[in-house]
Order: sequence, then structure tokens, then C-alpha cells
Amino acid sequence: MDKRVEKTTDWLDERLGIAKGARSSLNKIFPDHWSFMLGEIALYSFIVLLFTGVFLTLFYVPSSQPIIYHGSYAPLRGQTMSEAYASTLHISFSVRAGLVMRQMHHWAANIFVAAIVVHLCRVFFTGSFRKPREINWIVGSILLILAIVNGFIGYSLPDDLISGTGIRIAFSIVESIPLVGSYLAFFLFGGNYPGNAIIPRFYTIHVLLVPALIVVLLAAHLGIMYHQKHTQYPAPKRTNKNVVGSVLWPTYALEAGGFFFITAAVIAALGGLVQINPIWLYGPYIPYKVSYAVQPDWYMGWLDGALRLMPSWEIVGFGHMIPNVFFPAVLLPGLTFTALSLWPFIEKKITKDDQVHNICDRPRDNPWRTSLGVGILTFYIVLFFASSTDVLANTFNTSLNFVLWTFRILLIALPPVAGYVTYMLTKETATVADAGLRKGPVVITRSEDGEYSTVVTDDDSSGADVNFELIEVPEEREYRQVVEGNETDRELVGVSESSPSGDNGGVSHKKATAQRSGGSGIFRIPRNLPGGGGLFGGRGLKRQQRDAQER
Amino acid sequence: MSEIEQTSRSSTYDYSSMTGGRTMETFIGALFGVSLLATVGLGVTFWLGGQPQIEGALLFVALAGIGVGVVAWGKYLTPHGPFVQEREELKSSDVDRDAFYKSLERGTKVLGRRSFLGKMLGVSLGAFGILQLFPFLRSLGPVPGKSLYVTDWKNGSQVTKVDGSPVTVNDLEVGGAMTVFPEGFIGNAVDQVILVRPSNFNLVTRPGRETWGPQGYLAFSKVCTHAGCPVGLYQELTQQLLCPCHQSLFDVLTGATPVFGPAPRPLPQLPLSVDTNGVLRSQSGFNEPIGPGFWERGNG
Repeated sequence: MDKRVEKTTDWLDERLGIAKGARSSLNKIFPDHWSFMLGEIALYSFIVLLFTGVFLTLFYVPSSQPIIYHGSYAPLRGQTMSEAYASTLHISFSVRAGLVMRQMHHWAANIFVAAIVVHLCRVFFTGSFRKPREINWIVGSILLILAIVNGFIGYSLPDDLISGTGIRIAFSIVESIPLVGSYLAFFLFGGNYPGNAIIPRFYTIHVLLVPALIVVLLAAHLGIMYHQKHTQYPAPKRTNKNVVGSVLWPTYALEAGGFFFITAAVIAALGGLVQINPIWLYGPYIPYKVSYAVQPDWYMGWLDGALRLMPSWEIVGFGHMIPNVFFPAVLLPGLTFTALSLWPFIEKKITKDDQVHNICDRPRDNPWRTSLGVGILTFYIVLFFASSTDVLANTFNTSLNFVLWTFRILLIALPPVAGYVTYMLTKETATVADAGLRKGPVVITRSEDGEYSTVVTDDDSSGADVNFELIEVPEEREYRQVVEGNETDRELVGVSESSPSGDNGGVSHKKATAQRSGGSGIFRIPRNLPGGGGLFGGRGLKRQQRDAQER
Repeated sequence: MSEIEQTSRSSTYDYSSMTGGRTMETFIGALFGVSLLATVGLGVTFWLGGQPQIEGALLFVALAGIGVGVVAWGKYLTPHGPFVQEREELKSSDVDRDAFYKSLERGTKVLGRRSFLGKMLGVSLGAFGILQLFPFLRSLGPVPGKSLYVTDWKNGSQVTKVDGSPVTVNDLEVGGAMTVFPEGFIGNAVDQVILVRPSNFNLVTRPGRETWGPQGYLAFSKVCTHAGCPVGLYQELTQQLLCPCHQSLFDVLTGATPVFGPAPRPLPQLPLSVDTNGVLRSQSGFNEPIGPGFWERGNG
């Protein structure tokens, strides 16, 4: 070992005792699958948000104070606008790399929420929220809420005409809460709308309060995941009691670290090349002005759509009122996020399943959950598209009335249809024996009569070939042998159990035999062992098996 | 690192793939090189004053070069196993749990003996917390009081254009619309009023409002009764007011009653009169709260 590394380790270890924990971390195994990178995208776009956000705070002025603009954007010179809007113009036109940073920040926010939602869908449809991961599901749900809230608040900070209208709607929504609504709205805005407190308050919430909460919950989210170890998909030799994948040091560290740069690169390309939120075209916020075709950022679309589709009802009685916007904008998200956070417990109530699940469901293996999820998702997708009723009516040259009623009907009709179709599809795939498995290579021949036939070239299609070995990280094995005595006979973890899918049923496991190799170090394990390959994911199972056979 | 034990399925390891990695090594090296070039280019761009598209493209190349290179390094030049690791049971052993209960009981027994102190502490902390909440909430903003019920329109307020000049009976052609404010409150969010002069056939005046629209001038609060957006668009052909936020339509001819979309109530109407100089004035304020609904507001 390098002398300097030893010295540093000694110094730290004598003070913190890090060596033991660090060893086990370096030897940690992470299951490989492309769908496990969705959460990583969320994490990395959050890091991009922090970097670009700090940059923006150096130039943004959180103030509604009206000033007359004399900056470098000629078309708005001489106009009265808030300092917030003027400073956003300044960032966009006069700060070096300011526009790129601003647009990267906005894109990263959109990607952050999108990645969270797709990650949530992955976790939901694979049943990865089941015991023991219920707590992390709740933490994740709260993170989603915080991401949406902070996204909306950040979107409001430039104080342009469109976001200002959004703030006005936000006031009405808070105001609509029964009993305390008007008080809450007045406390939040420092008085009746618009006041001049909301921009500085939003700023504090946006750059301090919510990010701090996100950082803490993100740490908990990752910490719990790390402690519980990641789930894995069913495959031969993967069981409920083992983890199969790449080792943290160096493979996973490189792949995950590199993926951060790739995420950041895509966000940078979007930030530099694809315009987002050109506030200078909207103009400053003036309470009596409004823009046409006003759509919020994508993650607020379902709420905007719900506001549009809601019939013009209002409950009035006993000297009180429950306003119209309460139902789509308070009750709906309230129910949505409550049901979302509590889903693991709702499902447990129905299935009575109290087992520990470390193997993911494949969505088709659980028709009931999958079709329900698709149905619910369809509901929100219809709401999302309903936020563009005006644009659709214009684009297709049809009446608003027609578009609105179409969406109202679709909102009720489409979810059950989508759920039913999904249910039938999952049932159908369950009857196909090798559904979802990769097909082996085939030879297609044509007879003299012109009839085509397909011949499988090897027995690859059975899916039962598990002729490859799982390897315990050599250093970890060695460590364990030193610590626990020479337990060379100890069975490789978990392999005696069959995976729930039954894929490896009937295949007896040959105990891994320890072999002394001449060299030292992890790098001596050759590259052509199964499991490698592919820039963005572990090699396909069938491919692994084939490779193993070829050798 | 000491000698190592390695499990494998056979002794016929094919080390040639490690030399085959030479191509990959070159590729990754080239990626890092490209990234370096892009970073230099970025420096030059900043030096020359910056340009968003070039910055974005070069940032992409600089970051993607590093990213793809590092991922490829991990993917192609490191061992992939497949490695396996045991999942230890998360649940603690019975011994540990029992020990935990015993330790916990040590405290709860001692503390439980003084239950009065515990209750007293709870009351004190709770009272302290609740009391601190009041000045905090109170400083955040005033209580609503009557402010949601009133605007700055009073008896005799002069109807004023955005530029500050008064509106006279000749200012608006039939079929036109404009945004007006009470004199001295121009731009005030709650005071915005849309003044329309519809072609007056088929006009249905609601009972009690016969005198509110002199010479065909009708004035409605411009704050949507749905979510508070400005009802910004007057469609002359259909004589309807449209809120562009959620597409509520109000029929001007029947007193701005909602005919489409989510808005639940008509836009409040401002009673107008014409003074001796031909200037429009309000007869009084609105006879109901303007804007979206709230809990304290009883009747529609």
C-alpha cells in the first residue's frame, strides 16, 4: 500500500476508527439494472440544482420594490418592474454564463421532479416499497412533495407576468382552505394580495428552508437504502437473502460518479441550447395584465388541469363557503399525497403480506397492482393534458366547450379502461412461458415450397441454464476467513434458496471452490466473466449465460 | 495487499480480454482529452465575453467526455463478477432486543415514579410552544378582518384609465372594453375593473341594477371569481369575458354570469353614474366581496 495512503488512513483511523466501516463500504455490492439509475438521475439533478442555484443567488435580488429598468435588454428599458424581475433580466443578459446557469437551473428542476416521478413509478410497479422499505417510501413521497413545492416557488421568483399570475392563483388556493384559509393566505403574503412580502419570503423558503429539508431527507433516503441494501430483480441465483451485482470500489463508484457527469452534461446542453422560460418575452408582472396560453411547469400541469375540469360548484351554507378551487387544488392533492405516502400500508391491509421482500416484482407478475397503478396514473395523465385545453382548442380549431367536455369524460372513462387493458395484458403475458426472456439466436430456413421455419440454434431458450458462478468479493472473503477462522466450507450466501420466480428451480448449485491464484488484487479477475458489458447496464441474463457456456 | 483467494469456475481464465481493453483505454483517454479541449474552449468563450449556445455545447462536451469516459472505465476495465453478498437480517437478535428493553426500562422506571413532574413538563413545554406561535403568526401578517370585503371604490370614485386620465362617456366605442381603476389607486390588484360597452340589444339587466349601467357602460370586477386571475379578454362578437387562466366565460349581457368553465359566481358589478362633466363615477363600492371564495364568505 502506498505510504501516503497508509499515513492518512492511520491518522484518520486513530481518531475516527474508519477502516472497518470503509472496508465494508468498499466491498459493498450494488445490483445492476438500468431502472435503478432513475433515482440517481434525481440525485444528480439535485446536485446540479445546488451548484447553479448558488450561482444565481449571487445576482438575484429578492425584492418586489418597483424600479425603472435601464439594463441591457432594450425592449424593456424605461418600464417599471420589480427588482426581482430586473435582476433576473440582469442574470440573463449581463452576467457571464448567467443565462446558461439560469436555464440549467430551470431544466434541472424539471428533470429533478420528472426523475423522482419515474423513479416512484419504478418502485411502485416493482413492489419495492414492501417490507422492509415502507419508511423509505414515505421519505421518498415527502421528497416528491418538497420538490414540487420548491419547483413552483422557484418558478415564481423571477416575478414575470406568467409566474405572477401563478402566485395570484396560489393565494386563491390557500385562501380557499376552510376555516383558516384567509388567515393562512394573509400570514403567508403579509396581508391581502399582492403585498410586497411574498417574493422575499418565497426566496427564503426556496433557497434555505426546503433545500435543507430535501438534503436531510435525501440523506435519510440514501442512508436507509444503503443500510437495507438495494432490491434486485428475480433471476437465477438471486435470492431474497443475497445481493448480486457490481462491487462499490471501483466499479460502482466509477459508474455512478461518471453518471453524475453525464446527467450534468445533458442538463448543460439543454441549458445552453434549448430555451426555457424566456421571461423577457413575458414582461414584468402587473396585477391587471395577463398572458394568453398560460401553462405552468410540467409538474403543476395536473393541478392546473384539475382546476380547469372542475365543474363550477361551490358549497355555501350556514354562513360559510367552501370555494370551488378547494376541491381540485387542496382536496385532490391532499388525498393524492396521503394515499401515495400510505400506499405500502394500504396494500398490506389488502394482501396481508408481512414477508420481507428483497426481490422486486416484475410488473406483469402482479396484475392487480400493475393495473391499478396504470389506472391511477392515467387519471393524472388526463389531468396533465387537460391543462392545455386552450392550446388544444386553438391548435385543432375546435371549441373550448368540446375540448373541456372531452377531458371531463376521459377523466372518468379512461382510467378504468386503461386499468382493464393492463390487467388483461398482464394475464395474457402470464400464460406465455418465456415472456420477457430474451430470445436465443435462431436460424430461419425457407423450404422449397416457400414455407419459412425457425430453428433455435441451441438450448438457450429454456432459461434454465445457470451455469455461471457468483463470486464473493475476494478481499471480503479473505477478511471473513481471517476474522471467523478458516471457514472455507461456508456456503456461498443464499444460493441454496431458490428465487421466487422459480427460474433456477431444479438446478443444483455447485459449491464455489476456493482457489489460490498466483496474483493479488481484484483486477486479476478477468473481464470476460458474466455480468459485464454494455455502457448502461449489466449484460442481459441470457447473454451472461451464453458467455458462460461458450467458455 | 496480501495474497488473495479467488473463486472461479475454472482455471482457464482468458486474460486476453485484459489486453483487448487496450482499445477501450485509448477510447477513454481520447474522451478525457476531448473534455479537456472543451474546457479550454469554454475558458476562451468566457474570456471573449460568453455566448449561451457555445457555453452550453462546450459544457456538454466537457462534462459528457468525463462522464462517458468514467462510466466506460467502470464498465469495461473493472471486474464485474457477478459478485454476491449476503443480506444480513435487519432485525436485531433476541438478546440485543432484551438488552435494549432492560436499558430502556431503567429510565422509564425512574422517570415513571415522578409522573407529576412529567405531566408538568409537558404542560410547560406545550404552553411555551403555543405561546411562541402567536407573536410569530401575528408578525407574519395582519388578520384578514374586512379587507376581503372592501375595495377602494367608494360613492363617487372617478373611473380612471391606467394612464391616470378620467373616463368620459365618449371614451369607449360600442363594443369596446378597457381596464379602469378608482382615482388614486391605479394598478391596485383588488380595484381592477373591466369597463365594457356592449351593443345593448338583448341586454338582460338583473333586478335592482337598472341604473348601474348608464349609456350602455357596464363595469365588472376584473378579478375572476374562480382563482383570481384578471379576466383579461373581452370577446366582442359573443359579448363574453374570458379568463385566460382556466377558461371561465362570463356573459356580459346577463350581468357577467358564468356560462362556461369552473367559475362559480358572476363577476361583481360596479354601479356607475355619469356626472355633469360626462365623467364616469361609481355610485358605490361593490355590493359583495370581489374575487375567489373563502370560508367566512356566506352567501354566494
